[in-house]
Amino acid sequence: MLRQDLAQIANWIESDSRILDLGCGDGALLAHLRDTHNSAGYGIEIADALVLECVRRRVNVIQADLESGLRMFADAMFDTVVLSQTLQAMRNVESILREMVRVGRRGVVSFPNFGHWRHAVSLLAGHMPVTPEIPYQWYDTPNIHLCTPKDFELLAARLGLRITDRALLAGGQPVAVLRNLRASVAVYRFEKR
Amino acid sequence: MHFAAPLTLSSGAQLADYEVRYETYGTLNAQRSNAVLVCHALNASHHVAGTYADQPRSTGWWDNMVGPGKPIDTRRLFVIGVNNPGSCFGSTGPMSINPTTGKPYGAAFPVVTVEDWVNVQSRVADVLGIERLAAVIGGSLGGMQALSWAIQYPERIGHCIAIATTPKLSAQNIAFNDVARSAIQSDPDFHGGDYYAHGVIPRRGLRVARMIGHITYLSGDDMTERFGRSLRAQDYAFGYGAEFEVESYLRYQGEKFSEYFDANTYLLITRALDYFDPARAHSGDLVRALAPAQARFLLISFTTDWRFAPARAREIVAALIANGRVVSYAEIDAPHGHDAFLLEDPRYHQLVAAYVDRIAAELA
Repeated sequence: MLRQDLAQIANWIESDSRILDLGCGDGALLAHLRDTHNSAGYGIEIADALVLECVRRRVNVIQADLESGLRMFADAMFDTVVLSQTLQAMRNVESILREMVRVGRRGVVSFPNFGHWRHAVSLLAGHMPVTPEIPYQWYDTPNIHLCTPKDFELLAARLGLRITDRALLAGGQPVAVLRNLRASVAVYRFEKR
Repeated sequence: MHFAAPLTLSSGAQLADYEVRYETYGTLNAQRSNAVLVCHALNASHHVAGTYADQPRSTGWWDNMVGPGKPIDTRRLFVIGVNNPGSCFGSTGPMSINPTTGKPYGAAFPVVTVEDWVNVQSRVADVLGIERLAAVIGGSLGGMQALSWAIQYPERIGHCIAIATTPKLSAQNIAFNDVARSAIQSDPDFHGGDYYAHGVIPRRGLRVARMIGHITYLSGDDMTERFGRSLRAQDYAFGYGAEFEVESYLRYQGEKFSEYFDANTYLLITRALDYFDPARAHSGDLVRALAPAQARFLLISFTTDWRFAPARAREIVAALIANGRVVSYAEIDAPHGHDAFLLEDPRYHQLVAAYVDRIAAELA
């Protein structure tokens, strides 16, 4: 079973694509795309245990720190560059988004929706939210750049990125009404304008 | 294994006739598809793993990596170790008798390159009836051979595992080699390389060469950790003997090395290191140099290796990616510098085991 945002991302990927998955974790998305979309590519991951998991799954993995950029990759090498559930933990949000559309024709990001109603309730009760999407205490969270879908759209516009697709999901399904409050995760596809 | 057919070397010189020592471990399967070549670095040999029955201290140089149940599992794979010509462990080298003179080659032994070694290894594979190697694996200079296999014989190698290696030596790397060679060449017992005839060995030079080399194999932090500024006695002796533990250690390493290694071989192998630069024939373009490669690659570097630093391995990875090759790369956070490739480290060994397991599974 793919995580809900990864399943959405996989839906957007055409067969025979070349994929770069930034922060690829255990390689689940790349393994899935290889098996179902005949798509090959590379994952970048920093954690030893996850690199090992990728090797076990026969996923091409490059152990590297995304913060130091994508210098290893030439312009327009990939059809799609994926950054799933990682943007919110990155120091250099703007530069990674720019890099994504440099090395790929398209970028895809997913991130937890900080504007979810449960988070708002938590804040109203006087606490930083700790939820299934953001399961960390404020003092030991890797998430330093949380945002809402609207916030992301503003940044994308400022960086000259054209959003071509958007999915606001809860429980693996698109949310129809009160999306910005009810979606637990946001997934965007974009390209350079 | 004896070869009577002459081998033309990169230099244009020929080895008319030569002997190659090798060892194998495990069993070659019926399809002859499970052979893995393990390439040695500067001071090692064909004796990769295991211990000779009559010599309890003869454990192979990569025994922690190769063997039954080890990451390179000889229960599933047929592992071949080849002593490269020019080395001093049984294959033809400077110590061997030159058939044209009846005396040891000495200084007359031709300079050989990584590419020449790969050609010899391919001949060994021919004789063993192995059309295609499941993998070629090596660390440091051995990693260069693995890379060169992928370039020289793309159709004969399934996987290339290159560890703690570099696409070419830096000026600093060459400089260290030159200091080591100068130490040997300036030893009065060197006699221009023909010391065998004089019944002597340039042991002092060899000792210093090894001491210099050894410093580059360790990380600064590792040296601090192991030796710090510890003295062997209680206090300074106000002299120039081996007072610090690190001095004593290096001298011991140099001494031990000078007892079993040949000085001409040291010159020759460090030169082979200097010359390795597959991009040179392509105006320095490593992407083009690696274009013929078809193998699937695993590259591994170690964070504290300043001899062949992770940045050098990344150059290889980037060039392979630019060629659209199948490649994985791991940067192991190990404290031991360049030597880490020979040492046991669970993350490193698990990774190699997982990758090799993949290779073995493909064969089944």
